Amino acid sequence: MFQNIGEIVLLFWRTLCALPFAWRQRQKVLDQFFEIGNASLLMVCVLSFFIGAVIALQTGPVLVERGLASAVGGIVGISIAKELAPVMMAILIAGRIGSAMAAEIGSMRVYQEIDALRTMNINTIHYLVLPRMLAMAVALPLLVVFSILVGWFGGAVVAASNSHIGVPFQAFFDGLRDIVDLQDVANGVFKSFCFAIIIGAVSCHQGLVTIGGPRGIGRSVTKAVVNSIVLIVIFDYILTRFLLKS
Amino acid sequence: MSQPDNNSGVSLQVRGLHKSFGQQEVLRGIDLDVRPGEIFVIMGPSGSGKSVLLKHLIGLEAPDAGEILINGESIESPEVAAKYRMALVFQSGALLNSLTVGENVGLYLTEHRLKSPEEIDRIVAEKLETVGLTDAVDKMPAELSGGMKKRASIARALVIDPQLILYDEPTSELDPLSAVVIGEEILELKKQIHVTSVVVTHDRDLAFGVADRIAIINEGRILTIGSPDEVKRFNDPLIQKFLHADFKRDPESKPL
Repeated sequence: MFQNIGEIVLLFWRTLCALPFAWRQRQKVLDQFFEIGNASLLMVCVLSFFIGAVIALQTGPVLVERGLASAVGGIVGISIAKELAPVMMAILIAGRIGSAMAAEIGSMRVYQEIDALRTMNINTIHYLVLPRMLAMAVALPLLVVFSILVGWFGGAVVAASNSHIGVPFQAFFDGLRDIVDLQDVANGVFKSFCFAIIIGAVSCHQGLVTIGGPRGIGRSVTKAVVNSIVLIVIFDYILTRFLLKS
Repeated sequence: MSQPDNNSGVSLQVRGLHKSFGQQEVLRGIDLDVRPGEIFVIMGPSGSGKSVLLKHLIGLEAPDAGEILINGESIESPEVAAKYRMALVFQSGALLNSLTVGENVGLYLTEHRLKSPEEIDRIVAEKLETVGLTDAVDKMPAELSGGMKKRASIARALVIDPQLILYDEPTSELDPLSAVVIGEEILELKKQIHVTSVVVTHDRDLAFGVADRIAIINEGRILTIGSPDEVKRFNDPLIQKFLHADFKRDPESKPL
């Protein structure tokens, strides 16, 4: 396990060192960016709407019952912005894109395509890892911003339409503005940036160390998703603790 | 040291090469010399260490002991990789499945930005014509037959303008006609660009059809090296068994 963590850190460091070559790989970054956005946008939309809706449904009646109707928007808003949108989107992207990255790089490894790149003196970090990590690091925070907005909207719709809550749209967003500030959204986006690095590094690493044919590819995909999710949850605590002082 | 002639094949020396994977000793002290411009065939049964040796020759594997020299310079030195142009034709072709055949063939030039896109297109078309795949430029590797993949892989190797070209089982999984085409292409490349070729195979027809010299390898050791005639005459029961192994049908049995 510690060897894996060491290798992942090394891969991340090598990718950082390759950043000056990012412009040369811009087409691949754009392709990956499109792949992440195209594959995930609808799912992000649906998931975020219902996350906002269910948080409003869970907290709304309790708060209204205690005469805290004005806090519904704030509770829903802050929990989505600081916690649920970054973590849920990271888990979604780990399952949807991280697995695809590990499978693609893993099959390239198994079918000697990576060896072929090496015989042509093509750096696999520049060619395979850098575009994926970079696209992930840009796309996931953007998806999280989108997710936060959709989640707030979902919460507002339920708060307004549910008879046990009955908080109008305007009042919901007034309450949200009272509690949630730009710093909270920025914290969520920063978290998602860190999660994107974790997903990219873990998935690419898992692909690169794939051995043993189709079964090995399957094993790598599973490991990439599971390890990404475990690290996301651990780093979520660490980052939350770190950001708590602000 | 004098500069290499960029248009000729290179010499290759292997000295005391050892390699183990865990407890399994795959190469047990390989010594061989390949002369500039010759076609050197390494033959041996499956699992004898041929492909592992080939991966060492191009730097995909690092030896536990021993050294590999190109024109007298160790390939461990990073400058050597930049100085000499080497290419490997993989057994599976190893074309990148996400790229078209044309993009695969031009990948080396594109990634290293050695030519303009127009020039790359021209070179790709020229190399594909050399291997008879002009019409396949826009096809994906999944649309090609086994033989076409191997020829596309040769075209990709040719784009590097190699001084040393390595072939890993170039005729495996091919029908006899396609195998002959590949063999002819190996000979044609020697004639046209005087490239040094190392062919790893267990195909006896290919080996004796194209080789200038043949090395027989078994259990990680070289048993003999010589011209095809010398190898045929070599008095070793294992080599003779390998070279003459054939189906023996009971003359009494009749087809149904």
